[in-house]
Formats: sequence, C-alpha cells, structure tokens
Amino acid sequence: MAGIAINTNNISKRYRIGTIEGGYKTFRDAITETITAPLRNFRKLRSLTQFREESEDSAIWAVKDVSFKVSEGEVMGIIGRNGAGKTTLLKLLSRITEPTAGFIEIQGRVSSLLEVGTGFHPELTGRENIFLNGTILGMRKRDIEKKFDEIVAFAEVEKFVDTPVKRFSTGMQVRLAFAVAAHLEPEILLVDEVLAVGDLGFQKKCLGKMKSFGEGGRTVLIVSHNMAQIVNLCNRAILLDAGELVMDGPASDVVDYYVATSGSSIGEVIWPEMDNAPGNEIGRLIAVRIFQENVNGPTAEVDISKDIIVEIEYNNLQEGVWLCSSIILKTVTGIEVLCCANAKGQSTIDDPWYERPRPIGMYKARCCIPGNLLNEGRYSVTAILAIMPSNRPVFHENEVVQFDVHDTGVMRQHYYGDWPGVVRPQLLWKTDYLGQSQM
Amino acid sequence: MIIKPRKGWQLIDFHELWRYRDLLYFLVVKEIKLRYKQTILGGLWAIIQPFFMMIVFTLFFGNLADVPSDGVPYPIFNYSAMVAWMYFANATTISANSLIMDVSLVSKVYCPRMTIPLAPVLAFLLDFFVAFVILVAMMLWYSIYPGATIALLPVLVMLMVLTAAGIGLVLSALNANYRDIRYTVTFLIQFWMFASPVAYPTSMIPEEYHLIYAINPMAGVIEGLRSVLLGSSAFPTEMVLVSTASSATIFLIGAFYFRRTERYLADVI
Repeated sequence: MAGIAINTNNISKRYRIGTIEGGYKTFRDAITETITAPLRNFRKLRSLTQFREESEDSAIWAVKDVSFKVSEGEVMGIIGRNGAGKTTLLKLLSRITEPTAGFIEIQGRVSSLLEVGTGFHPELTGRENIFLNGTILGMRKRDIEKKFDEIVAFAEVEKFVDTPVKRFSTGMQVRLAFAVAAHLEPEILLVDEVLAVGDLGFQKKCLGKMKSFGEGGRTVLIVSHNMAQIVNLCNRAILLDAGELVMDGPASDVVDYYVATSGSSIGEVIWPEMDNAPGNEIGRLIAVRIFQENVNGPTAEVDISKDIIVEIEYNNLQEGVWLCSSIILKTVTGIEVLCCANAKGQSTIDDPWYERPRPIGMYKARCCIPGNLLNEGRYSVTAILAIMPSNRPVFHENEVVQFDVHDTGVMRQHYYGDWPGVVRPQLLWKTDYLGQSQM
Repeated sequence: MIIKPRKGWQLIDFHELWRYRDLLYFLVVKEIKLRYKQTILGGLWAIIQPFFMMIVFTLFFGNLADVPSDGVPYPIFNYSAMVAWMYFANATTISANSLIMDVSLVSKVYCPRMTIPLAPVLAFLLDFFVAFVILVAMMLWYSIYPGATIALLPVLVMLMVLTAAGIGLVLSALNANYRDIRYTVTFLIQFWMFASPVAYPTSMIPEEYHLIYAINPMAGVIEGLRSVLLGSSAFPTEMVLVSTASSATIFLIGAFYFRRTERYLADVI
C-alpha cells in the first residue's frame, strides 16, 4: 500500500495586483505628486506583502482552497488555462513561496524544475555549471561527481565540458540543463512545462526519462499545456480554473472535459478596450474571428470540405511601419499543424500591404485555410503580428480562438471509425491495372 | 515536512544551511571565478585597489594634511586599515545586490536564500588574504614585527566577516523590497569609511567617546588590527568588545529580518 506523498489542505495564495493610478491633473498636482511620491511608493511596496482587510479589490487569489492528495509513485498532471494558478501551485509545493492559508504535508525529498538551468552562468564552463546547478537543485557534491559522466553523456556535450557555456548553442545549453535535472534523484519531482525544449530526439529522451521516473516509484507532478503529453505520461490529472480545483480524476477524462469546456464556442474574440488589448505602442489587437465559406458571421463549427477564414483585426498606431501577420494552427493536444504569414511566398497571392509602410488605422488581415485540408476535431489559432524586418512581435496571442472541424459525411461516406492524422487532405489516387499475374 | 504560512520571526535554519553547504561552496567558487574572468590583471586587482587607495590617502592625508598615525609610518598605518576596509566595502556592496542580481535563484527554485548574500562575504576573504600578503611585505620593509597579541588576529578577522555578513543580510533583504538600497549602498559605504579609523587614528577622537565610536564594528576591527599587527597602541580590549556586541546585534537583526523577508521574497523580487 503506497503512502501519501503530497497532501494539500485548502491551500490558498493571495497576490496583489496593481491598481491604475490617476494621471496628473494640474501643474500643482504634479508637484505635490512628486513630493509625496516616496511616501506613496513606500506604502505601495509595503502593501505588496501585507493585507489589511479581507475583501480588497486589488487582491486576487492565484490559488484558492485547493485540496488534493497524491500517492507515492503517482504521476499527476496539472492543467488549466494561462493564469489558472498552475505555476503558483508548483511554487507553493516547492516552497519557493509561502501559502497565504492552508497547509501542505509532504513526504520525501522534493525537487522542482520550474525553469531549465536555474543559476546557469554563461561565463562558467559546462563542468562548473553542472556542479552549481546540481547543488542549487539540492544535490550533494559527491552525488554529482558520481553521475558526472552520465550527465555529460545524456546531454551529448562530451567535447565541450570545459568550454564556457556562453559558447554553447542554445540547444546544447538546454540539453545540459535538463541532463542535470534528469539525474536528480528526488522522491517527488515537480515539473513546469520544461519539456517543450530541445529538438525532437532530445524531447523524446526527456519524455522517456520522465516516464521511467514514474515507473521507478517516484511521484511526479507535471504542469503542461500539451494535452497529448499529459494523457501520455500521467495516470491522473487535476484541472484548475481561476485558482480553484475544478476536476480531479483520470488524466484522459480531465483532459476531455477541459478540451470540451475551454475556448470560445462562438468563433470570435474581441477586445473592446484598446488599453487592455494585446499589443504595444505599435499596434493593438481588436479581434480574431473564424468564418466559414458561404456563412454569415463568425462561427466555431466548420465543415471539413469548406474553406475556413481566419480574420485578425488590429489597430496600427505608428505611421509608416511594416507589419506582418501570421497564424499558427495547433490541435488541442498541442501539435502544431501549420504556421503561415502574409509574406511573399507564403501567400498564394501577394498581400497588397506586405512590405509596405502603413498609415495609422485599422486593418483586417484574412487568411484562408482551404477545405479538405484539416482532419476532424478541434484546432486553435495563435495570432501574431510582428514588425518587419526586425520581426519583433507586436502581439503573440497563444491559442486565442478555437474551432471544430466536422465531417458531415462528405468525406467519410460510410466509414465511422477513428481517422488518424492532424490533416486529412484529399490526395490524388490512381490505380492502374497491370494485367493478369504471370507468376 | 509541513508547508504552511509562518508567523513571526525566525532565526537561521542552521540544519538546512548545513544540508546545502555544497551549494554555498559552489556559490563562493562561482563568485571568485567570475570576478576576474576576462580581465587582464585578474587577481592582482585584489592588491591594486587597496594599494592605490593607500597611495592616495598617504599623499593627501599623510603628507598634505599631516594626519597623525600613532607613531608608525603613514603608508602602513593606512594600508593595514585599507585591507580590512576594502574587504568590508566590497563584500557588503556585492552582498547587498546579490539577491536582485540572481532573481531566478529566488523565484524559480527553492534553496536556503541566505546562501546567496553570504557567498560574496566568504568569497571576498580570498581577496583579503591576497591583499594581506602585501601588508606582510610592507611590515618586513618597515621592520615592524607583531607581538604576542597577533594570536588575536583570527578573532578580528571573524569579527570583520560577521559584520560584513550582518550588513549584507540586512541590505540584500531591504534591496529586494526597496530598490532604493542599490543607490544607497555606495553612498553609505563611502560615508561609513569616514566614520571608521581608516584615514586617521582613533586617538584623534576624545578618549571619552571611544566606546561610542566602537559601536561602529569596523572601528573595533581596524583599531584591533593595527594594534596586533603594528603594535601602534595597546590592544583596545574594550573597544573590540563593544564592536563585537554591536556586530553580533547587527548580524542577529540581519538574520531575523532576512528570514522574515524570505517568506515573500519570490513574490516581490
């Protein structure tokens, strides 16, 4: 009978968010504001850590009354939207920050991986960084010495161990950092989306390592947006929304529920106030919409055989800039299906506003995804606007809107089974008759 | 282990610090290795800084202003203080900025945060010893030989480290909350130097104020060092005792304040 590794009891964490301050009104106000500023700043800084009243508008509960138990050897996923409190929960479990209320009981040594390569210093050599990073993660010097060769081999950086890390490629740095973490031997491991690094081969290696962690009787908690990973690695998952625990159960059930309830079903996301819209001083997002060929108004339900139009509407706030809009299409399990910009060579016709200085004003960029390309299921759109030619992002809204592709039978005909693949294009088939067999 | 909101004040968790001693070791090594990376003169900087300060002080205070130096040549009188002062100034400055320079160490991982400001305090000891070698050479040059009180040298060095550690803890924690500290530190250290007997001897201060003067722990350290190394005066036992008490108080306040700040450090930094 496995014991309880983690037991959290009504754990809560409150943060204070910034409140908008009024602007200057008169010259006199401006002067008094400046003079009283130190006192005001002091109060503000203090208030970040001290709460006087229970009900304050400027306080938010990043995690609220979350209780769950994790048994030894369980691999549990934590899922939820951005800002649902997943990372805060990991920070509480790993003691990086203290809970505001509630308590957690932990049996065993905890290591947390919120970031790959914490404490890595570019000037130090690979060897020095391995020791530094290892001890930061709670290893002893002799443990690292014992595993040193293994770590270096895992990271595939044998030749560069005594080179300063700043001369490493990004991929090598990440591999080295993950290799150190992978050779920790904690009883409980907390991981926050660090697997989204490295090339495919290395990712596979990491996933394999994670899996063997769980099979080796260790407790693992994983935060991820990649639903395929969660289903693949975890036997159980919890779903957080606005800091509260919404669902706790078998990973596949929780993922299904999350996928079914998340995202907009109307195929349209609008930012009515410019100040709160994604973007910066160059531009602001107004809306992202999904349309279906021959259908009026945005929709989140599209026919597999019809064209899908993704529309990004935005404000250009700076005279004369070059802008480039692009989309990334992903499946709900996080697989990236495609990425396409309105650039030369990517658009079937040249976009009239590509590589042209733009006057200030509103723009509407439309991208047509042809029918008979995507498979059935749910897809998400990531909307990006960048300044050219530096490619600096104005906004990059992850999975901002979702839509479902349905096959009403035009393609399936009479087949009802599972249809593998992220795409389901119509391809050219031709069979030739070669005559009767001579054998 | 139970994680819950802590209330009130706590002292250092020695048990945990001990468990993470290897981390402290590697942080010290990192500090030392990084300091003179990609410099031409490397470790020589540990000597150049106090030595040139001593030359400037000798010119202006020793020669021009004719400040008394308790009967020993002004250069060695000043250098014996400068060695300790440079250690204190560098260690506290770096320590005060250590937390905000290494944010990810605070916000992305759990480790006893106290190791972060303590690492530079220990690392600068190496510079101290390097600069000390020059002091020994100067003593030979001037044919000044210490007496039996030299046995007290380790005590004085420890007092110096304790003071730097205490100030480092207070300032680094304050700095995490209020970034004003970053700008205050340099200013504070300069000011502090003139409140310590670096350029002038304690004997210039009226006798009855000596013990009040010794509330500045560096006064006790420097006066003590001069006495045991140069034999310029009898060992200032009372002053050193006052300084020790003051230094210990600073350290305790620093440790308490740091531990209190540590609870929400990751949220504010």
